[in-house]
Amino acid sequence: MSAPSLPPSESFKLSMLLSDTRYRGMSLQVITFIVFMAVFFWLVDNTIKNLALLDKDVSFNFLWLRAGYDINQRLIPYTSDSTHGMAALVGILNTLLVAFIGCIIATVLGLFVGILRLSKNWIVAKLMSAYIEGFRNVPVLLWIVMVFALLTEFTPAPRAFKGAEPEATMLFFDSVAITNRGTYFPAPVLAEGAYWLLLCFGFSIVASIYFIRYANKKKKDTGKSLPKFWVSSVMIVFPTLILFFAMGQPVSLEYPYLKGFNFKDGIHLRNSFLALTLALAFYTSAFIAEIVRAGIMAVSRGQSEAAASLGLRPNKIMSLIILPQALRIIVPPLISNYLNLTKNSSLAIAVGYMDVRGTLGGITLNQTGRELESMLLLMGFYLAVSLLISSFINYFNRSFQIVVR
Amino acid sequence: MMTKIAFVRKKEIPPSAPPITEVGLIGWLRQNLFSSWLNSILTILSVYFIVIILWDFIPWAYGGHWNTKSLRECLDLDPDVACFSVLTARWKQLLFGLYPAEEYWRPTLTFIFLLLAIVPILFPKFFRFFWFSIIYPGLAVWLLWGGSFWSISIVYIGLTLGALFFLTLIRRYLKNYMIAAILAFLSTAVFFLFISNPLVGLLNVILPISLPFVESLKMGGFTLSLIVGVTGIVASFPIGILLALGRQSNLPVIKMICVGFIEFIRGVPLITLLFVASVLLNYFLPPGTNFDIVLRVVIMVTLFSAAYMAEVIRGGLAGLPLGQHEASASLGLTYWQSQRLIIMPQALKISIPGIVNTFIGLFKDTTLVSIISLRDPVGLASTIRADQKWNGIYWELYVAIGLMFFIFCWGMSQYSQYLERKLKTDK
Repeated sequence: MSAPSLPPSESFKLSMLLSDTRYRGMSLQVITFIVFMAVFFWLVDNTIKNLALLDKDVSFNFLWLRAGYDINQRLIPYTSDSTHGMAALVGILNTLLVAFIGCIIATVLGLFVGILRLSKNWIVAKLMSAYIEGFRNVPVLLWIVMVFALLTEFTPAPRAFKGAEPEATMLFFDSVAITNRGTYFPAPVLAEGAYWLLLCFGFSIVASIYFIRYANKKKKDTGKSLPKFWVSSVMIVFPTLILFFAMGQPVSLEYPYLKGFNFKDGIHLRNSFLALTLALAFYTSAFIAEIVRAGIMAVSRGQSEAAASLGLRPNKIMSLIILPQALRIIVPPLISNYLNLTKNSSLAIAVGYMDVRGTLGGITLNQTGRELESMLLLMGFYLAVSLLISSFINYFNRSFQIVVR
Repeated sequence: MMTKIAFVRKKEIPPSAPPITEVGLIGWLRQNLFSSWLNSILTILSVYFIVIILWDFIPWAYGGHWNTKSLRECLDLDPDVACFSVLTARWKQLLFGLYPAEEYWRPTLTFIFLLLAIVPILFPKFFRFFWFSIIYPGLAVWLLWGGSFWSISIVYIGLTLGALFFLTLIRRYLKNYMIAAILAFLSTAVFFLFISNPLVGLLNVILPISLPFVESLKMGGFTLSLIVGVTGIVASFPIGILLALGRQSNLPVIKMICVGFIEFIRGVPLITLLFVASVLLNYFLPPGTNFDIVLRVVIMVTLFSAAYMAEVIRGGLAGLPLGQHEASASLGLTYWQSQRLIIMPQALKISIPGIVNTFIGLFKDTTLVSIISLRDPVGLASTIRADQKWNGIYWELYVAIGLMFFIFCWGMSQYSQYLERKLKTDK
């Protein structure tokens, strides 16, 4: 009997680079890499040639030069004598402000609309789906422009508040004035000792967090639940309130008032800011509502039925069974919608809000003629924000997703 | 002695009618609108809200003026109603931008052909007309931009010849797909580099068919939105699939390039990309090159939504059980066979909602071109409002533009729901 022989080993042929699955992947990668690098160097080479033709260099020194333009909304001290770098920073903060407040409003609205959309009440459900479809199917740019038009055209001018019988009145006991130049709110004024109040408030929050942890632990160990919500709210509100009166009300409100043809004092929110934030929030809330709805519906009916058969009350079923499972589905797309809102805030230019695209990518770019550098920095900023957020999503997914294999 | 039972019912009692409060209109109202006090409050609030809106809107819209010459005239007649005359006066601009008036039939015809070309793709019943969908892109480009008929059709001729060459090679001479593909690609390139230009010249002499040329800057209004939107949608889909596959690939170089591309594009706002297209692109191309602004925008929008598409499809791929990959590999299918026959059909089916949402997003994002001063409807709205006659007009224009976008986007989302229902295999 002859021993089974191995198949004759093929000698390596050049064509096997393309035909043999063992080598094909490798040769494909090499080709891709070469093509990629060739295109890359071609682009870089073109850029160098073009810059040479225009007699330009690549330098970020312009960031330390005097900007020479004003920004009407600034969260940090800035004048036209500040540098371009400062202007960019003011812009970045303005972008983040819109993004932050927009995300909060969008989440609250979206949650509200998403849950009402599932309501058994026919008319409410229909109304909410009209809201969702209306906002989702019309470009956000159009919404921004429309909200801006609404705020500037259909609100009274400050002088309408003048006189013994004014055409317009301030809202909420003469504290909020909505005008075509923006909305004025009362501003908190911190007197001496106000910092103790803040400190006290901070401590109460920390203490209540510890209390909630303690309550959770106790529940795990003994099965008895403490009234977490009530105790922690009392813990947060009362000490600060008592201290507030004990110290003789160190925080007061400064009301806006009419002086000449304009309002003075108080917090002034410009229409550009309001329009951008509100429009982005409404638009995004429609998407969030759909995410919330999908998340709740994705938890199978069996889950709530099983919970009910264990004897859990409806609100416990929601908080212990449905929500934890729905959140796992809701949170990743929710965060990516926050990201979308942040990126959409670059539409600020449509209403003249000075975000980072308006300062760094707008006036600075035009004044210095540094298109390449400005755009690089601008893209770098957005990229940094989005990579930060998407790495958070990945972290969330890793730690909360059900592991299959 | 047995107890005598006085009465035994022999027949079943006929079921009595349900209480009047549980059926019919009243029952429906009770169950759907007034089931609890909270629901009743919500219902009353909603009705109040709707009535308030309609109370203002209906007289405003219904009594609107359609035939005045300016906003001033409208306000003089009745300041409380809509002034739709701006639409009467400017609807051509909103639809066609600055397209020459005597050539309006061309975008109109292109749009009608678009509807015809979509039908075979949307409804499999008409798949035998698919050839028209293939011809359509070239036809649309020729109709919209004009120029010689042959310079567009030569692209089709060249690609057809290349494909025929490839098929002949495979059938007759070669077994290896890749080598055949490379050869076919090279010969097509030769055709376009050396043969096509003289051939077009010759055809132009023999049979001159041409339309007056219209430059890109004249395109505007919904024509522009549709050009950018439809091209972006059609082109981003295959690119998105390739990117998604690349991201899932186990070839590290390809995976890295795809991940880098997707994350970069998704990380920056579309506006910055459009600015790159309008301001920076000249830096990256050989000195002296200057290509069409609409084409640049289309390329950027396509790349932008391709990255989002890739992520949506990747979600679909991740949603498939691992067993599907393993089963298809154990059947001996090659990578492309298993993708084509097993993986993609299922992955794409799962991701239909996401894909259509990306399409809708892309179509809405076409409005951003107004920021790099192309004349899309939103950009035109500001142009029209800058006109002395219509200065101060808002809602009439915005409502009209919003409604147009709403119809397209809502139509797309309705189709996606229909498709989902049709492709549903469970239940």
